[in-house]
Amino acid sequence: MIKIENISFDHCIKCTVCTMYCPVSQATHLFPGPKASGPDAERLRIKNPELVDSSLKFCTNCKRCEIACPSDVKIAELIQNAKWNYLKIHWFRPRDFFMSRTDLVGGIATLFSGIVNFIIGLSIVRIFMHLFLKIPFRTVFPKYEKTTFRRIFKKELRWSQSEYSKKVIYFHGCYVNYNNNSLGRDFVKVMNALGYGVEMKKEKCCGVPLIANGYIEKAKKNAVYNIASLQKGGGDSKIVATSSSCTFALKNEYSSFLELDNSGIADRIEFVTRFIYNEFLSGNIPKMKPLGIRAAYHSPCHLERMGGVMYTLGILKKIPGLELVVLNSECCGIAGTYGFKNENYDISQSVGKSLFNLIDKAVPEFVITDCETCKMQIEMNTKYKVLHPVTAIAMALDIK
Amino acid sequence: MNRIETNVIIIGGGATGAGIARDLSMRGLLCVLIEKNDIASGTTGRNHGLLHSGARYAVKDHESARECIRENKILKKIASHCIEDTGGLFVTLPEDDPAYHRNLIEGCKYAGIEAKEISIRKALEMEPNLNPDILSALVVPDGTIDPFRLSSANILDAKERGSTILTHTKVTGVIKSGARITGVECIDLKGRKTEVYADLVINAAGIWGQEVSALAGIEIKMFPSKGSMLIIDYRINNVVVNRCRPPADGDIIVPGDTVSLIGTTSKEISYDRINELTVDDEEISILLSDAEMLIPNVRHTRALRAYCGVRPLLAVSGEAQGRNISRGIALLDHHERDGLEGMITIAGGKLMTYRLMAEKTADLACEKLGIKKECTTHLVPLPGSEKKIARKSRIKDFTGIPDSVVGSTLYRHGQRLHSILTKNKKNYRVICECEMVTEGEIEYAIKKLEVKDLVDLRRRTRIGMGPCQGELCAYRGAGLFQEFGGSTPEESVILLQDFLEERWKGMKPVLWGDGLREAEFTYWIYQGLFGMAHMDEVKHKKKKILNKDILPADAKTDNKKKKGK
Repeated sequence: MIKIENISFDHCIKCTVCTMYCPVSQATHLFPGPKASGPDAERLRIKNPELVDSSLKFCTNCKRCEIACPSDVKIAELIQNAKWNYLKIHWFRPRDFFMSRTDLVGGIATLFSGIVNFIIGLSIVRIFMHLFLKIPFRTVFPKYEKTTFRRIFKKELRWSQSEYSKKVIYFHGCYVNYNNNSLGRDFVKVMNALGYGVEMKKEKCCGVPLIANGYIEKAKKNAVYNIASLQKGGGDSKIVATSSSCTFALKNEYSSFLELDNSGIADRIEFVTRFIYNEFLSGNIPKMKPLGIRAAYHSPCHLERMGGVMYTLGILKKIPGLELVVLNSECCGIAGTYGFKNENYDISQSVGKSLFNLIDKAVPEFVITDCETCKMQIEMNTKYKVLHPVTAIAMALDIK
Repeated sequence: MNRIETNVIIIGGGATGAGIARDLSMRGLLCVLIEKNDIASGTTGRNHGLLHSGARYAVKDHESARECIRENKILKKIASHCIEDTGGLFVTLPEDDPAYHRNLIEGCKYAGIEAKEISIRKALEMEPNLNPDILSALVVPDGTIDPFRLSSANILDAKERGSTILTHTKVTGVIKSGARITGVECIDLKGRKTEVYADLVINAAGIWGQEVSALAGIEIKMFPSKGSMLIIDYRINNVVVNRCRPPADGDIIVPGDTVSLIGTTSKEISYDRINELTVDDEEISILLSDAEMLIPNVRHTRALRAYCGVRPLLAVSGEAQGRNISRGIALLDHHERDGLEGMITIAGGKLMTYRLMAEKTADLACEKLGIKKECTTHLVPLPGSEKKIARKSRIKDFTGIPDSVVGSTLYRHGQRLHSILTKNKKNYRVICECEMVTEGEIEYAIKKLEVKDLVDLRRRTRIGMGPCQGELCAYRGAGLFQEFGGSTPEESVILLQDFLEERWKGMKPVLWGDGLREAEFTYWIYQGLFGMAHMDEVKHKKKKILNKDILPADAKTDNKKKKGK
């Protein structure tokens, strides 16, 4: 049955603003743009599912089309749905399988992090990956940590958290757990400085890479697990995440795309900068010393889709001694696992080009952004180190 | 004045006229078909495109029902690219008389229509958008048929067999020699007059046949019955859904290409109003509310257009209502009837029986002309339907072209796809983004399918028939007319204006919600952005400039005079 909630394509008035804002169709003629692939094509696909175009695979799901749409058409969702309902690319692709299992791969890789980091850094291995796994030679994989953030939290941080009367539940996501422990530490530090104790529930990968690679059933399983786990206990304390894409999935995509009931947690989920912004607004501003650095801020697509950029900017402006250059809104091109695939590499690079140029022109000392894959892409393509806004606050707190 | 000589003149380019042209051409006769507007621009193109199984007539009109199922089977064979074998359902709503269901099953059995009762659960599986409260369901071999494609394919075949097609050409009089008609006079859009001489004139002008016969001094009386329909944005159903009750208003929803059509109303009108028909608000509310009872989602779907046609029923005394009148075929030999040799009239019938009507007419024509050849139109497939449509994945010639483009072109033109699509990027540039009409398809239509303006082009390709109703394709199409059709820039602008007016006419009755928003946006693009609101001023200025051109010429002679002095 054609469900009423899925007929937003009927509202499209073909103004084509979405296609103007689509970074992929600007970069390549292979992708006809969100209007053509979304609302236009949906009518054809309803008529005959065989009329589906393989060009759908070039969509990065950055969701800029949905931000641009004046008619509230769920363009990115239409395309994602069509991609996996109609294309049926469900044969076993080792690369996509492992790339989308960030928690499985991360869990193993952290055990042997030294060896793993060494091996995936070798040219010979990268040539092998380029040829056989179709992973571009030039991509630099994020380094794996020696241990997981959960272990660190259990060992070192958990004991002091009960001192605080208020608490937040932290959804750390795979990146903090396996690749960037220090962001987790920074989060705990900032929360503690705001007077909040941090608690963690059991969690699985939020499902974003699974959705992007077409493992919808597995994504649903993870989502069900996460919803149940986050719902357990915790009262009405906020669930805070440091990854913008994880937040969007938990809060929106679980219900709208995976068609699951997340009403028990949706209102409590907050992206970290919005949470901090509200604390700052009510006067709860910890003592920060002047940082004395110049940084360029890049706004990730999914954070823009959530309307979260203003909160990040709000808190960054409260950090003393941070000279902030706000970059024009551009997609970095990595789009999660998208840029890690041979067939998308050139598109990914040309989408990101204007952002890299903007960064170079701004001549910062650091780049600040909220998203982990944006960070990887920028670090791969510019000479700058990329910080999370929470890390920037933690740095300002640290100065003695 | 031009002069053409031929075997047979056919007046009227509807499905019947096109069918006769093809039939006679296949029997070796040369025809000239004269149509005052465009192929399938009258009643033929103004129906819901249902490939009748005959079940709709099975209770009341056994003869029509039998004709329908016979033609249904033939058309599925010869016109496969104009047809989609969707299957049909008859569903009984709680409001309906449950006894009709039985009558229908018996009627179908009597007429030889395979009708099978199925469980409600199965019906909902077949058509998930159906009202779940239905009481019973019946499967019949209904389908959908595209009247534009069907007529166009018949014309194409007739043309390829040597016939001449004159569209946008109006018959202005008949040429008589004693008590015999020997030809007709006609005039085209540019005012050029032509005399066509033939052994036989066939009046296949449908509802306008009354006017044509009047030219020859013969009186026939048509019984105009208006039917209105509504198009909604996308295919809300994939199976034809009929209401199981005696035929009435708003009781059928037909999936047609990318849209669904809600049909129909029936209303008596006077003959002098047949050219100025509009759909009234009352008809629209009836169609929408009745369709919603069959498929509840109709309420949430955008209505694209409303349109109406006139059934070409021949008046027979004692019958009062449009629906009750027989849709049977009326073939009149004016020699027998009126003592006038050289002319026959075919009227009545319906799109479904166009081929049968053509066959009967051609049989009579051949008898009159002393030709002994059998009809083969029921055996030889139409151009495009020669082979069973190959699965698009098997068409390797087109790798690299988007599947939606290949699939849509194949759907519209069948095997002729091979003369349309090439791997040249310019060829498969999409011009109409709603219906995936490419530049190559437009070139083909303009050059091969008797296209004279953008409205004709729409009938051949579906350009401008999607939800945007020409917003993004109309100006591109107008531009291509210059490239492929040889129109001047000024002519292209006039084609564009006419096309937008025609689109606007059908949208006007259903302008609310998203349709209204989009119409306003389109209005802004053309009137504001492209400056079409100032067309008259532009024309006026141009006149001024032209006048100025004349003035210096006068001045020159003055100068000469001065020099002379």
